[in-house]
This record gives sequence, C-alpha cells and structure tokens, in this order.
Amino acid sequence: MRNSDERATLVVAVSERDHAQGRSDAPITLVEYGDYECPHCGRAYPIVQEVQRRLGDQLRFVFRNFPLSEMHRHAELAAEAAEAAAHQDRFWPMHDTLFEHQRELTDTALVGYAEFIGLDTQRMERELASGAHRGRVREDFVGGARSGVNGTPTFFINGIRHDGPWDVDSLMEALLASLPLALQHENKHARRS
Amino acid sequence: MLNELDQQRARDMSPIALSLGTSLTALRPGTKAPDFVLHSTPDQTVSLSEFLGQPVVLAFYPADWSPVCGDQMALYNELLSTFHGLNAALLGVSVDGIWCHLAFAAERKLHFPLLSDFEPKGGVARQFGVYRRQDGTSERALFVIDADGIIRWSYVSPLGVNPGADGVLRALTTLSEEQGDAKQ
Repeated sequence: MRNSDERATLVVAVSERDHAQGRSDAPITLVEYGDYECPHCGRAYPIVQEVQRRLGDQLRFVFRNFPLSEMHRHAELAAEAAEAAAHQDRFWPMHDTLFEHQRELTDTALVGYAEFIGLDTQRMERELASGAHRGRVREDFVGGARSGVNGTPTFFINGIRHDGPWDVDSLMEALLASLPLALQHENKHARRS
Repeated sequence: MLNELDQQRARDMSPIALSLGTSLTALRPGTKAPDFVLHSTPDQTVSLSEFLGQPVVLAFYPADWSPVCGDQMALYNELLSTFHGLNAALLGVSVDGIWCHLAFAAERKLHFPLLSDFEPKGGVARQFGVYRRQDGTSERALFVIDADGIIRWSYVSPLGVNPGADGVLRALTTLSEEQGDAKQ
C-alpha cells in the first residue's frame, strides 16, 4: 500500500460530467474542490476568475463539490442547488451567485438566486426536497477525499494537487509551470499582465 | 535501508528532538496492534479488541481545537458513511481530557468517538510509537488495523499538515477487496 506522502493526484479524471469553463483541449486544467460556504473558497473565487482572464484559452477550469456540511450548515444544499441549476444549463450563473452571496445561503435565499438567474424555481425546490442531487455531490466529495483533498479550497493543476499558496501570482506561477516549456516562454508576459 | 515512514520521521525530527531520545518509531505494518482501553465519555470506555472482526482507523492527533486537527477531524467526520461502507470503525485519539473531547466533539458535531489518552498521559500513543515527549502530545499519526488486529498501514504526518484521507481510503479499499476475494 502506498503512503500518502507521495504527491497527491486526481483520482477521478475530468470528464463530460464535470462543470467546466474553457476549451476542453486547453493545455492547463485547473480543478477546484470547493464549498460555497467556506470563506477561503470565497476568497479564491475572484482569484480563479483573474487567472482565467489572464490565461484565456490556455486554461480550462473545473469546479467540484466538497461541502463540509457539519461545519457549514448551508453548504450541502447550496452545492445541490448548483447541481440543480446545472440540470437547467445554468451551473455557472448559480456558482457565481452563490460565491458572491456566500454569507446568505438560507433555503429562501437559494430560491431567490434561482429566480434571479432565471431557473424554474419550482423544479429546483422539488429536486432539493427529494435530494435528487445529493448523490452527485457525495460522489464529488468522496472522489476528492480519495484524491487527497484535505480541506477547501484544494486545487489540482493538470491532475497534481497544488500544495502551495493560491494568491494570483503564486497560482499563475504554478499554472504556467505546468505548461510545456515552449508555451511557458510565450506566456512570460501573462505573469505580469 | 530506511522505509518511507522512517525517512519522513527523520526529516521531521530536529537534532534536539533526537538527542532527547524521542525517536520512537511508529509501529509498522505487519505488527499486531497493542490492545488498549480508553475513555470515550466520562463513564464509558472503548477497547481496541471490541473491534476485532472489522477494520479500524486509529487517528492520533496532537490536540483538540488546534486548527489543523479541526479540519482533519471535520474531514473524517464527513467521510464516516464512506468508512462505514468499507465496514471500518473510526477512532480519534489525543492526550486531551475527556471533558475537553466532549466540548470539542459537540462544537464540531463529530459523530465518532474521541478517546482520551490522558492517564497515564500518552500511554497508548507510546505503545504505538507516536508520542512526542518534547511536546507532551502524540504525533499526527494514522493506523489502519485489519479485522484480525494487525496494523496494515501507518503514516505519520508532519505535525502541521492535515494528512487527508486518501491513504486511509486506499488502505481500507485494499482490505475490503481482500475480504471480497477471501469470500469467493
């Protein structure tokens, strides 16, 4: 059996089932395991947007659920609401709205956000009540734990866990370092832009 | 030849710690886990031998309330149903007193026993080779013990690093697969 001091790698490969932004053939894939109620993930949210802006087509970003629901009591349902939105092709508007309002994630607030982004709210409420998306959220969680996610946010860059800091500059550096050398050279300017 | 665990420990240990003679080594895979009896509440005790017949995850951590432990125990708490799905029991162990454990478990809504290795202090941590005499706490150490009470995987994490659950889940999955093979 292997010890966990080897570099943690993503056990569940990025696939069609994931929520992804950016080109599927982008040379860099950044996967975040996050919790909508986690303040650190809230801080990471604009940072991810900034590295997306800087890297453009070179970056694909994938978000997976890792709600620590005993610690953050609204996190599980918020994750399920994002999955419900995904079933109405509105995952990213919901994802963004949740992070932009992460201190206000009560059941009523979730319905308000759903209405705001144009969801069929009755359908979402029905799905949340029946736990239709609970299994999906749990799959994300367990897959994350098996990959060595030990808290939120945890990032993987091209399948390798990023253990360093994730301020814009550090994250950019790590993302660019994962590029093939030829592309790294072309992207020198991106670090500073 | 040092194994990975020893190398990790050698990296973690300062020369001062070495000179104080704290180089006890965590019990290795293949070793029989020493039995113990520890309090899980003021009037209840838990012994390791109660769990013969199923795998046990024994998670030593330095202290209740310190931020990293909190995250580690919170993570395991969320994974309880997954551990149970692999037929495993989870036990947290630290040198904190039982009342401290109760307050910590209530505040963090932990749904698994936290055992108090309080008197003699760190006695069980010493038996497993993971007591830090210079700090008066245990290491942040994980043991996966099989249904026969044999340690099958162990890992000592750097003190400030949450080791996550990947190693534990891999070990439990291997045990579960062996069990499946044995039944066939």
